[in-house]
Amino acid sequence: MTVGPTTFKQLHLQGVRREFDAFTALKGLDLTIERGEFIALLGPSGCGKTTALNCIAGLLPVSGGRIMLDDRRVDVLRPEERGFGMVFQNYALFPHMTVRKNIGFGLRMRGVPKPELEKRVDAALAAVRLESQAEKLPGQLSGGQQQRVAIARAIVVEPPLVLMDEPLSNLDAKLRLEMRQEIRRIHQSLGSTTIYVTHDQEEALSLADRIVVLRDGAIRQVGTPAELYALPAHLDVADFMGFRNRVNGELVGMEGEDALLNIEGTVIRGRMRAASAGKAAVAAIRPDDLEPTGTDSGIPVRVEAVEYRGRGFHGVGVTASGTELHFASPYPLQRGAAVRLGAEAGRVLVFGDAR
Amino acid sequence: MSAVLEGRAEGPTLRQRLAARGIDGATLLVLPCVALILGLFIYPFLYGLMLSFEPKDGSLFGNYARFFSDPFLYGTIFKTLRLAFPVTLLNLLIAIPIAFRVRLMRRQRLLTTLLVLPITLGTVLVAEGMLFYFGPQGWFNRALMAVGLLSTPISVLNGYWGVFISLVLTGFPFTFLLTLSYVTGIDPSLENAAATLGAGPAARFREVFLPLLIPGLAITFCLSFVQAYSVLPSAVLVGDPANATRVISIAAYQAAFEEYDYSMASAIAMIMGAVQLLVVVAVLGCRSLFYRGPAAGAKG
Repeated sequence: MTVGPTTFKQLHLQGVRREFDAFTALKGLDLTIERGEFIALLGPSGCGKTTALNCIAGLLPVSGGRIMLDDRRVDVLRPEERGFGMVFQNYALFPHMTVRKNIGFGLRMRGVPKPELEKRVDAALAAVRLESQAEKLPGQLSGGQQQRVAIARAIVVEPPLVLMDEPLSNLDAKLRLEMRQEIRRIHQSLGSTTIYVTHDQEEALSLADRIVVLRDGAIRQVGTPAELYALPAHLDVADFMGFRNRVNGELVGMEGEDALLNIEGTVIRGRMRAASAGKAAVAAIRPDDLEPTGTDSGIPVRVEAVEYRGRGFHGVGVTASGTELHFASPYPLQRGAAVRLGAEAGRVLVFGDAR
Repeated sequence: MSAVLEGRAEGPTLRQRLAARGIDGATLLVLPCVALILGLFIYPFLYGLMLSFEPKDGSLFGNYARFFSDPFLYGTIFKTLRLAFPVTLLNLLIAIPIAFRVRLMRRQRLLTTLLVLPITLGTVLVAEGMLFYFGPQGWFNRALMAVGLLSTPISVLNGYWGVFISLVLTGFPFTFLLTLSYVTGIDPSLENAAATLGAGPAARFREVFLPLLIPGLAITFCLSFVQAYSVLPSAVLVGDPANATRVISIAAYQAAFEEYDYSMASAIAMIMGAVQLLVVVAVLGCRSLFYRGPAAGAKG
């Protein structure tokens, strides 16, 4: 079996399309990934991120476009000829093989001689800290251990590209955090190029070198975690990045970079992110950045609910027109109290109605 | 001692302890089923077993001695095996590749319905159909003669191959549907995982599918085999019931309804059951050498 190259400089997706009957799951992806990068494909369910991953792995044929490793075309190869490692959402461990056999499977398929195979499997077992579980069947392991076996099985063959399909979504919150660090550690120690599919923006922000936000089968924004977190280019990306409050308003003017937005009679300042044809615009604000002003400026709301969050309080307020606003408060508030909410201009993003 | 008793008294009630072992009110629902099994299976079986030890000559093992000393009688065991074994194996070997193809199809319902039909028709109707189809004036012979492959009609019927074909026709749907359910029970992501790890189609079948399928295929083999081994209508209708296809059920039928020796018929039925049991135990015994857990992705 000829398996693909173990090294490359760039992976190019050139107009990669995928159609299922009448439904277009991917509308022409263009993306260049550098060797050694950790890329997160982020998006809500149904955005095409898993389809994209399966197309790269060769599990789904592309309907159009090309996938290139440097100048070598790979979208025409069968999955077993591409030599990419893949970690599946449900782990897909072979239930009839021991952990050791599972991890050694890829090496055996490549015809690696037995002594070397054993040595590399031992190294992979050590990398995911499962030396003591080597002779067990997958069914005897916990979810986190199974996930580590799946990762070891994918990386032991030293693939040029590791693909991960929501590998942590079946784990509980604590384990997810541990495995996240484990994945980051393994990536950094091996330097393998990784494409990681997730719908969890926290996971994407903490793991990735670059995040690709997908929506409806198309790329919405590509950027470093810091870029995406601070300055999402679209309202739906902002929504994904934790800008939970979205308030409709009317543009009344500009002051330098800042837009002045009239929200139910109150004018607030914000950063203009996407131009508007008319006057209508939307302000996006994270709950943590929206606080009671303590003065008579700010958007007036009636407090609906207050939750204790350890460091402070999380409040839900309703404006005169019925819009819900989530905000942070350093002190407790009574339900039904009237407060005014405001945020720093740099923390308010203003999006025009043209999405 | 008293401490132990006190501990008991403070512990869970009898009802709670029974429930912990899975015995509760709903357990009573199995009673009608138990009654049915007792009345329709266990009792007739034991009655037949007792009857087989009361032969006409008065000795305890007279029937069994007669069966195993008369080649015309004990030969039926092997004649039936000679039919049932290859038929079951062939059905299984045809069913596996087709099941692998069908598992990827989107409209399985229609195919499944088509395949269930022969089961509902039963062996008699299939044998009747074969009589016409393979007869001297049937389509089979006329077609072969028309294209010049034959000069005179050949007789497929009234012999081993007639029964063989009839058993394949009636047994295949059953074997196939069981096989399909086992094949589709394997998590498709296992195949994807094997492919991304560099396993080609042959290696994927050998390393992943086959080991996971073997337990199911063993069960399928047993059920199909037992069905084929108890063949009667087609052995008479399209076979050679006096010689080549004198299967064991014919021997039992003749003992019961031609010689009116119910005791002998019971003994033959017991022998038939014992042969089936031997084969089933042997096959299932081999099965225990393989992995038998869930064939899914083993999620914790």
